[in-house]
Amino acid sequence: MQMTVKDLKQQALQSRKLILEMLTEAKSGHPGGSLSAIDIITALFFNEMKVDPKNSMWTDRDRFILSKGHGVPALYATLAYRGYYDPKETLTLRQLGSPFQGHPDRVRMPVLEASTGSLGQGVSVAQGIAMAFRLDNKSSRVYCLMGDGEVQEGQAWECFMSAGNYKLSNLCVFLDINKYQIDGSTKDVMDIEPLKQKIESFKWNVLEINGHNMDEILGALKKAREEKNKPTMILAHTIKGKGVSFMENVNKWHGVAPNKEELQKALQELKIVDQ
Amino acid sequence: MGNATRVSFGQALVELGREHKNVVVLDADLSKSTKSESFGKEFPERFFQMGIQEANMIGVAAGMAFAGKIPFLCSFGAFLTGRFDTIRVTVGYAQANVRLVGTHAGVGIGDDGCSQMALEDLACLRTLPQFAVLQPADDVETKHMMKYLVKHQGPAYIRLTRQNVIDVNKSDYKFEFGKGVKLKDGKDAAIFATGALTGNALEAAKKLEAEGFSIAVVNIHTIKPIDRDIINEYSKKVPVIFSAEDHNVIGGLGGAIAETMAEVAGKSRLVRIGVQDVYGESGLPEDLYKKHGLDIEGITKTVKSALR
Ligand SMILES: Cc1ncc(C[n+]2csc(CCOP(=O)(O)OP(=O)(O)O)c2C)c(N)n1
Repeated sequence: MQMTVKDLKQQALQSRKLILEMLTEAKSGHPGGSLSAIDIITALFFNEMKVDPKNSMWTDRDRFILSKGHGVPALYATLAYRGYYDPKETLTLRQLGSPFQGHPDRVRMPVLEASTGSLGQGVSVAQGIAMAFRLDNKSSRVYCLMGDGEVQEGQAWECFMSAGNYKLSNLCVFLDINKYQIDGSTKDVMDIEPLKQKIESFKWNVLEINGHNMDEILGALKKAREEKNKPTMILAHTIKGKGVSFMENVNKWHGVAPNKEELQKALQELKIVDQ
Repeated sequence: MGNATRVSFGQALVELGREHKNVVVLDADLSKSTKSESFGKEFPERFFQMGIQEANMIGVAAGMAFAGKIPFLCSFGAFLTGRFDTIRVTVGYAQANVRLVGTHAGVGIGDDGCSQMALEDLACLRTLPQFAVLQPADDVETKHMMKYLVKHQGPAYIRLTRQNVIDVNKSDYKFEFGKGVKLKDGKDAAIFATGALTGNALEAAKKLEAEGFSIAVVNIHTIKPIDRDIINEYSKKVPVIFSAEDHNVIGGLGGAIAETMAEVAGKSRLVRIGVQDVYGESGLPEDLYKKHGLDIEGITKTVKSALR
């Protein structure tokens, strides 16, 4: 599927609304990091990735692993509009018995590809799938999305070292740099910069973009596809809570759901995100 | 309902910080949830924000302990026990005077789901020699346990709840390491409970009393070393012993009691109340407690059907 940039923006807007609706219904969950990641996830599923919702376990599909599992409402919304299930079903988020678990559960929902929620682990799984694909001479690609707080985990750097060493050019990782984690700004909690130099020195192709700009996201994905020698890390500068004025850069919205009034306020002001 | 034990812990930590200059606290981007935040506000120089890096935090705490500090390191229990090898070699084997504080015990955390629930932590840590494994039942007990922990020699793990729990202890309570607390005596059966399940077990026993059953309730705050004497005593006295915990029935309190009972020439059999060897899932805490039979009604039902 190859949606136009205009339609991708429209799609991301629709998903933003569904994310907030499901969180309000669940009365808990993580809006900030879902809204910062949604433009990237939209571009992946509606333009970049070879997937088939009618045959979701098609063996040659591209894979996407959400390593920062708490952002899963963004993935649930995207998969719904991509045709994997009815968007209404996502409103059972976090309810007892629902496949829409608080963090990704690949046993209840195989299309999630991995079970994540303990930070730092998903990216290793993405590496493993990329290595298996290469072994089988498959052209399928593997995508992963991590949080900027998440890369404080040692396991992330073990993976970066080893994926660089294995020259896994079929692996492309997005880093959702929204500049916040739970206890505060990433800079205050545990500074991870300079990321570009660090990751380049681990033998990765490193690109830097505005993670809310569809043209830049698509451009980076194209460059990643053309890279034949290294895994690609796309440093995506984003805004936590993007699209909702009272959530943007207000870190209390890391892990608190909007109530009904806040939802209405957010739905009224949401419009297409351009930058 | 009383405080969540993580809240009591946060309050106790500040008190201890005032009294003991050697107490240091480490957290891995969860200080608002583990409640170590208030210590950080009062003693910023003795509070170390480590970022999201639990393994490193455990090693650093061991180093601080070797250099004379008394470190309390905090995260969700699931993420701490996830670094088992680090705990085993750096802390356990080396006998580092480190206190691991694991919050968000069991299915009681609710909607965040399995990955955030400590459900196997007691089992894992109980296998480490000379490692104290503790779980307070309520506010008063948490505070007394914390006072004790400052002086304890050797590694220790303390497991705390996210949710509020029923208070079971009186204000004149005294904490005795390794000793079960008889909350209520009884002849027909005994429930050995720990953590959040203690209050529920006590309430269940009171309800059963009204229906003519005489049920003892023992609070096990020290899961390791387990109080063998009190288990021996009841396994000679009552036909059925129940273990009750918000944890996998394998390897936690149920496991510890089963191991002990197997070595005693008692007459009781054991029924383990807990999470029956399955992974956790999302849901409201109340719904999950109901599903796993951990609420007052669930415990009442299990006890009755075993005695019938
Ligand atoms: C191993 C581990 N430690 C701690 C947590 C608790 N936790 C959940 S989200 C989060 C902050 C993540 O920050 P970041 O990766 O920047 O995500 P974002 O800001 O995009 O939501 C933490 C510490 C966890 N899920 N896993």
